Formats: sequence, C-alpha cells, structure tokens
Amino acid sequence: MNEAAGHSKFSVNERGFYGNYGGAYIPEMLYPNVKELEDNYLRIIGSESFQKEFRSLLKDYVGRPSPLYYAKRLSEKYETKIYLKREDLNHTGAHKINNTVGQILLAKELGKTRIIAETGAGQHGVATATVCALMGLECVVYMGAIDVVRQEPNVKRMLMLGATVIPAESGSKTLKDATNEAIRDWINNPVDTHYIIGSVVGPHPYPDLVARLQSVISEEILWQMMEKEGRDYPDAIIACVGGGSNAAGAFYHYLDNPKVELIAIEAAGLGVDTGETAATTKIGKPGVIHSSKTLLMQTEDGQIVEPYSISAGLDYPGIGPIHAHLFESGRGVFEAVTDEEAMQAGFEFCRLEGIIPAIETAHALAYLKKRKFGADQVVVINLSGRGDKDLATYIKWFEKQ
Amino acid sequence: MNRLDTLFNSKKKNLLSIFTTAGYPQLSDTLLVVKALQDSGVDFIEVGIPFSDPLADGPIIQESSTVALENGMTLKLLLSQIVEIRKEVALPILLMGYINPVLQYGIENLAKKCSEVGVDGIIIPDLPMREFLEDYQSIFAKYDIKNIFLVTPQTSEERIRFIDEHSSSFIYLVSSSSTTGKKVGIEGAEAYLSRIQKMNLKSPTMVGFNISNKESFESATRFADGAIIGSAFVKAIAGQADVALAAKNFVRAIRA
Ligand SMILES: Cc1ncc(COP(=O)(O)O)c(C=O)c1O
Repeated sequence: MNEAAGHSKFSVNERGFYGNYGGAYIPEMLYPNVKELEDNYLRIIGSESFQKEFRSLLKDYVGRPSPLYYAKRLSEKYETKIYLKREDLNHTGAHKINNTVGQILLAKELGKTRIIAETGAGQHGVATATVCALMGLECVVYMGAIDVVRQEPNVKRMLMLGATVIPAESGSKTLKDATNEAIRDWINNPVDTHYIIGSVVGPHPYPDLVARLQSVISEEILWQMMEKEGRDYPDAIIACVGGGSNAAGAFYHYLDNPKVELIAIEAAGLGVDTGETAATTKIGKPGVIHSSKTLLMQTEDGQIVEPYSISAGLDYPGIGPIHAHLFESGRGVFEAVTDEEAMQAGFEFCRLEGIIPAIETAHALAYLKKRKFGADQVVVINLSGRGDKDLATYIKWFEKQ
Repeated sequence: MNRLDTLFNSKKKNLLSIFTTAGYPQLSDTLLVVKALQDSGVDFIEVGIPFSDPLADGPIIQESSTVALENGMTLKLLLSQIVEIRKEVALPILLMGYINPVLQYGIENLAKKCSEVGVDGIIIPDLPMREFLEDYQSIFAKYDIKNIFLVTPQTSEERIRFIDEHSSSFIYLVSSSSTTGKKVGIEGAEAYLSRIQKMNLKSPTMVGFNISNKESFESATRFADGAIIGSAFVKAIAGQADVALAAKNFVRAIRA
C-alpha cells in the first residue's frame, strides 16, 4: 500500500531515523519488546491476510472511506476552496481508530493477550478500548489525572467498553505522564502485553508503524481529489499536531509532492511566549522524549517542561520525529494557534458547517484566519475528530466570555 | 587508573553498591550520604542525576527525583558537588541518569568533566548500545569513563555475549523485568542469574533492582560479584533529619 512512500526521503531509514530524529532510546528492559515489533511489523502489516482483515474492518467497522466534503460556507467565508477530510465521521469519532484497528491485528498476530495504551483527549483510549472489546482482549488505559476530569465523557465510554482506566498522578498529570506510565507498565509486563501507542511518537518502529496505519487518510484523499477536482492533490493540507498522527496520515502520500504545502498546527496554549504552551517547534530543542530523539520543550538542564493547552490531545511537550524532520528540513510549515483562536474557530465552524469539531481539530481550522489562500486554491483540512467529548469545555469557555 | 578497575581487580566477592539520588532529601545531602556510605564500608556508589520523566523507575525513585529537582538539583550542580565529595571520598563513583539531561550537557563535555572531577563511570539506561558504540564509545574511552550496560532476564544469550564483549567494566544484571523497586526481593531470579553465572563472562557482574535487605543481598551475591541497592536505600533516607545516621544504619543491617 505504501510502495511509493516507502522510498520517500521523508520516510524512516533502517536505523529508525528521519534525518536527525527518531531512533529507539529505550532501556534494556524494553529491548526484547521493541525488537520483536521492529523485526515483525513490516512483514505482518504487508501481508495479504493482514491487509485483507484491516481493509475490511476499516470499511465495515470504522466506516471508511471517510468523505472528502466540500465546505461551501466555510469556503465562501475564507474565499478559497476548502475540503474537509471527515475523520470525525469514523466510528468512535476521530482518526485514532485507524491506528488501533491496525495495531490490534498486529498484536493478535504477535500472540499478545493484554493491551495497554496512553490517552490524552481520551479518543485514543476509546479507540483502543473499542478494538479490545471487538477482539476480546484485556485493555488498560493510562490517562493523566487532569485529563480524566476534562475529558470525562471519554472515561465513561472506556469503562463502558470494558477497559480499566488508570489515572496518571505523576508530573503534569497529562498526556506526557500517561505515556510514562504506559511505558512503565510495558517494562513490567514484557511478554504478554502489546503497547498500542496513540501517535507517531515513541521508539522506532512506532512512529513509522502509526504513520503507515494512518496513511489511509491521504491514500483516500488522492482518489477523492481526483474525483472532485480532476487532479489528485490539493494545494495545501492543514492538520493539527499533538504527537502528529493525523497530520502524518494526511501528509503521507504527499510528502514527495512539492506542489502540496503541508501545514502543521500546534497548540500555543495561552501564547508561545507565556510559558503556558505546547508549541514544540517554537520553543523546543532537540532531545529525547519517550525514547525518541525529537524536538521537545525542556529546560537548559534537560528537564522536560510541562506543556499547557486547552486541548488535551495537543497538550504534549514533544512532536513525532517525522514532524521534527519536516520542520527542520523546511518541508512542513509549522504554526501555532492559541486557546482563544482555536475556541473561536471551533465556534464559528459549528455555525457555518453544522459540525462541532474536537478542540484539537479547531486548532487546524483557526489557521484560516492567519493565512489568506487564493480563490482558486484547493485546501484540505483534516477534520481529525468530533467535539462531543469537548462540550463541557466549550460551554464553560463561552459562559466566561 | 580508573577506580572501578582497581576495585574489580582487587576484590571480587560480595561487593555492595548503593544508589542515591543527588540532592535528596536536601540539596546538600549528597556529600553527607556518600561520605556515610564510604564510612560504613560500601564498595562503590551510584549517584542518580534527577530527571523529570524517569521512565525506568518506580514510585520511590520517581519521588526522590521530583524532590531533588524541586530542591534545585541540576547536572551542573551535581558535578560541582562531586568536586567537594572527592576531597573526602576515595571510592569509585558512578553517575546514573537518563539520556536527555546528558545530551543537553553534551556527551563529550560530560565525559571530560567526569574525568576532571573524579567520576569513574556512567549508567544511562536509555542510551541504546548501537548509538553508544557508533557515536560515544571512543569519547568514553578517551576520558577513561566506563559506560555500564544492563542485562535483563529477557536478554538473549547472544546479546549478553555481545554486551560482554563491549563492556569495559561490570555488567548490570537487572534482577527482573521491571521498573526499579517494583518488588521486594529477587525470588524467581535464581535460574536466570545462575544461567548468566555459567556463561563465564569476562566482565564482572553486579545484580540490581529489588535488592532490599540482607537476605536478598546475600542471595544475589551467590551469583555475581556484588549487588546494588537503590529504592530500598532511598526509602530509608526519605524524610530523615540525620541522613548520615540513616545511611549507616541501613548498610550495617545489610552487612551484619
Ligand atoms: C480529534 C483529535 N485530533 C488530534 C489529536 C492529536 O493527536 P495527533 O497529533 O497524533 O493526531 C487528538 C488526540 O487525542 C484527537 O483526539
């Protein structure tokens, strides 16, 4: 499925690096787990039986292909041609399920009986709990104690689906800490457990594995653009970046097409210079987080800085190594959007298109206010998820205004 | 000569190493603790560089890291504390910490500084062997700083041989596949430890993780040159007004 992209200068090399970033900075305790994955993932996900089952579940269970919808009123307002890639219409309400469906099949093939995951917004946790229920596997989800509160509907959903949710009480009590706890769990359960990581982060081969599973997004955009515009590419693709999996999936098949501008939107929180931000490419420096060399927010002494964003899914002090490479090489355009800008954009979008977007996704939408596209340019915004989980945050925000 | 070499050349039985977090429980306790450990007959010392996100550690060492960082500990400050420690302590000293603070300091800078202040070795659990061999081995060799590799019950025999071949000092045998301080004692590890003992490695071996008292120390040292105690020690000095006394009492109970 990824023949062309397999030779991309933006794909991972045999050492697990994208340019200067990536690798597997793991303690020896994780070596066998990660090695097993590295030795088997390409063979398994490339196999005919895997592809057959994966494609069939994406179609009949997830509901793919997700539509590429021409957003007429939004286009009129911003005087350009905007298409929305409707990942919000997937089962469970976000792109996250593309990855979990793939990884659960991989885990089964590897003979694993127990699944762990981290989650920020809860979307990845829900998507993991969902596929575990589907396959009858035990599921443990780590979630930052703060996120357990701000994404409460998703906690309830995970419990309903039979998962165990463990609040991460260490550090900033958000996504970073949930990921730490999941990695510790994996160290303590090295034989029977598969860790379904939720973004293009973590040690090699995870960033590549997750990007390949999410690449179905741009694989569909190729033919959907052809159908709608008579050419298989847009002028720009906009996606929000927490770890960067929805962006990686939406960019994947266009990485080597210089006609397509790839725009990644990070969360600025209260503002890039306020100390309350998650805009990694703005204030981060190279380092190692969650076993991957990438850009991350840190002190001079190399301590990881606690990030801040109103959006739990973007509240992460690093980015996937592929994005660090896209940033450093100049292939990607990286911008940051504040809480305020995102919330306003989300609200406006509800009224224009009748779609309540996830707050993560609202960050991508807010970019339209910062950048004027030409009237005949075609822009695809990856609508990574729906905002049902965020209703309480939206309502509280607009009551304050 | 590197103090670890001297130690392993001269003594090969029942070595006791203690891990303590730098700047814990109080910022200035590093010296007091290390000196008390020397006075009570410990063979060498590992000083933990506190890190915000210690992935391989259980709650006790996590908590000590958090406190140490709140106290204001940094790698730079630790290295200046080592200068003071070296005026009174002759034992081998290793630093143990995660890769990110080390990268920010600069690996070559750190190796150079370690040799200047009298650090004998470094343990960086999340520095992969391949990166070490390709990028850093020559730097460590240049400054005669030992890099210590870990082995776990899951490590294949082939990989253990490979690690042995590339080790310049002892190999750290992790007693169980776990984060630090996960269990009390090393029950269940005997088969694994005896398997490694029978491999007749060229490198000395030290067993660490979950060694907590005299009993587990003695069972570990039946299979290796010595054992390392971390979480149990850190717990013993937690909240102690007289850390030196607490450290001495702890070691006395192990060596009794
Ligand atoms: C709807 C939605 N979009 C985006 C993200 C951010 O993740 P990523 O950057 O991996 O796409 C999340 C994460 O929880 C999410 O739920």
